[in-house]
Amino acid sequence: MKLNAEEQAMLAGELGPVRQAAIAHQIQVGEFFGAADMVPVSQSHIMADTESLGEAGVEWLESLTKNGGKERVVRIPTITDPRGTDFNKAKQLGQTDQMISLERRAIAAFVKMGVSMTDTCINYQTIMAPGFGEHVAFGDTGVVIYSNSICGARSNFEGGPSALAAGQTGRTPRYGFHLDQHRQPGRRFRINWRPQTLNEWGALGGFIGKHSGNYWEVPVLEGVEGNPGSDSLKHFGAAMASFGSTALFHMVGITPEAIRAQDLNMAHLPVRTIERAEVMALQGSYRVTDEVDVVVFSAPQLSLLEIRDLAALCEDRKFKIPLLAVTSPQVKPDADRMGYTETIESAGGTVFAGMCFYQSYAREIAEANGWKRLATNSAKMVNILGGYGYTPMLASMEECVAAAETGRLA
Amino acid sequence: MTGKIFTARHAMGQQVEAECLSANDGFSARYDLNRLEGRFSRPAHKLFGQSYHGKILVLDTAKGGVASAWMLYEMKSRNLYPAAIVFNTVNPILAQGAAHAGITMLAGFDVNITEAIASGSRLRIDPAHKTVQVLD
Repeated sequence: MKLNAEEQAMLAGELGPVRQAAIAHQIQVGEFFGAADMVPVSQSHIMADTESLGEAGVEWLESLTKNGGKERVVRIPTITDPRGTDFNKAKQLGQTDQMISLERRAIAAFVKMGVSMTDTCINYQTIMAPGFGEHVAFGDTGVVIYSNSICGARSNFEGGPSALAAGQTGRTPRYGFHLDQHRQPGRRFRINWRPQTLNEWGALGGFIGKHSGNYWEVPVLEGVEGNPGSDSLKHFGAAMASFGSTALFHMVGITPEAIRAQDLNMAHLPVRTIERAEVMALQGSYRVTDEVDVVVFSAPQLSLLEIRDLAALCEDRKFKIPLLAVTSPQVKPDADRMGYTETIESAGGTVFAGMCFYQSYAREIAEANGWKRLATNSAKMVNILGGYGYTPMLASMEECVAAAETGRLA
Repeated sequence: MTGKIFTARHAMGQQVEAECLSANDGFSARYDLNRLEGRFSRPAHKLFGQSYHGKILVLDTAKGGVASAWMLYEMKSRNLYPAAIVFNTVNPILAQGAAHAGITMLAGFDVNITEAIASGSRLRIDPAHKTVQVLD
C-alpha cells in the first residue's frame, strides 16, 4: 500500500506503539483486499460488547491503555455501539457479577482512549448522521448499511479492532465501499406491493439479503412508491445486512445514489420480482409455535417514535410474560420525560437503554430466565437468535404486544 | 482430488495443515457457533453439531454481523478455534478478525471451493503462495 509521510511515521512507531499497531493491522487488512492507499475518515463507531470480546478482548483493550495518555487517545470522534448490559437492570436480566465487571473494565479502557460511550446502534438517528460522500469507519452492520445507503456515506463493515484502529489513526484502508466501482448494483429486485409494518420491511430486507449472495453484491430495489421513512428503512437495512452481509443497497427514487434509475448501471441486470407471499413465507418459516416466553423489541434500538408507538399499544394492558424494549441512552430520557416509559412499564414491560438484546449474553440470560420462545418485530433478531438456542418468531409490534398479554401469538 | 492445488486471490496468515470441514453455507461466529463448546450451533447450518476446533473451515461466504472480528481472537485465547478459514468470498469482518487473531485465511477462487474440496479432506494452506492443496 502507498503510505504518506504521516502514515509511514505511524508505522515506524514515531507516534507511539498504539498507533503503530493500529496502522499495521490496517495495512494487513488493506493488503488482503488490495487497497491502494488509506482514506481519511471523519468518525469511527466501535462495536464491542463483552460477550464478543470475552476476557481476552478486554485484556487486549486494557493493554492499549498502558501506553502514555496522549499516545493512546483517538484522533477522530469515536463512538460506541450498544453495551452488553443496562447497568440499572442487569439483575433483572439475570446477568452475573462477572459479566458486569467485564463490561465496566471494557468501558474504563475505552474512556481512557478518549472514546465517547454513546452505546447506540442508531447513531444516524440520534448522534450525527454522516453526509453524502463522507468517508467513515463504522461498525454494526445496521449502522453501515443505513449510512451507506440512506445517507450516501462511505464505509465498509469495520469490526471492533479495525474501528478502534481507525479512531487511532484517523483513516482506513481504501477498498470496498470507499470506491465508486463497488457501489454499483449487482442484483436487481422489484416489488409491486408495499410492506405495511416494520417487521414486513425487515422481512423484505432479509429476503433481499438472503438472495443477494455476499458482501460485494449490491442490491437495487425498484417499485417502492414514496419514502418509507427512517424506521422502516432502518429495519429493512438491518435485516438485509444480517441475512446477507450486505453493506449497501439502492432504492430507486429514494436513496441518494439512485434518485434517477439512469444514475445506476443496472440495465443489464435480470429483474427478480419479489412477491409478498414469498416475504411472508420467510416470516412464517420462523413461526413454529404459538407459545411465547418473552417479547423483545430491539435490534436495532428503538427510535423515540417506535417507543411512542409501543407505549400507545401498551395502554390499559397487563402483561403475562416479560416484554423488553431496548433503546439508546439518547432516546431513553425523552421516553421518560414524555411518559412513554411509564406507560410501557405500568403494563408490565421494561425499557432498557444502552444495550442490545442479542449483544447482552443472550444465551446466558435465556438460561437464567427460562426464555426460549421469543416474539419480536425485528427480522434481524430472528436471524441471529437461533444460534443462541432461542426459537425466535417474527410478528408485528401489535401482535407482539398482544402476545405479551396472553402468552400466545395469535 | 488428492494433490490438487487451488489458488486464491486473497490470503493472510501462516502455513497450516489440517483436516477440513467443507459446506456450501455461510459463516458468522455469532450466528452459527456455540463458542463455549466449539461447535456449530445454528440448527439450519449445514455443519450443525460439528466441532470446528483445529479444523480448516471451507465455506461459501462470510455472513452476518461485526462481532466475529472480536470473537476469533476470543476463541483463540481459549484454544478452541478453527485452524484456518477458506471462503469463496469473504467480507471485511472476517478478514479483520483473522488479522486481529492471527488466524490463516484464504478467499476468492475460480471454482466453487466448497464443491471442489470434500469435507474430511486433509489440506495444506500456504498463504505466501495463496494456495490450498488437498493432501488426502
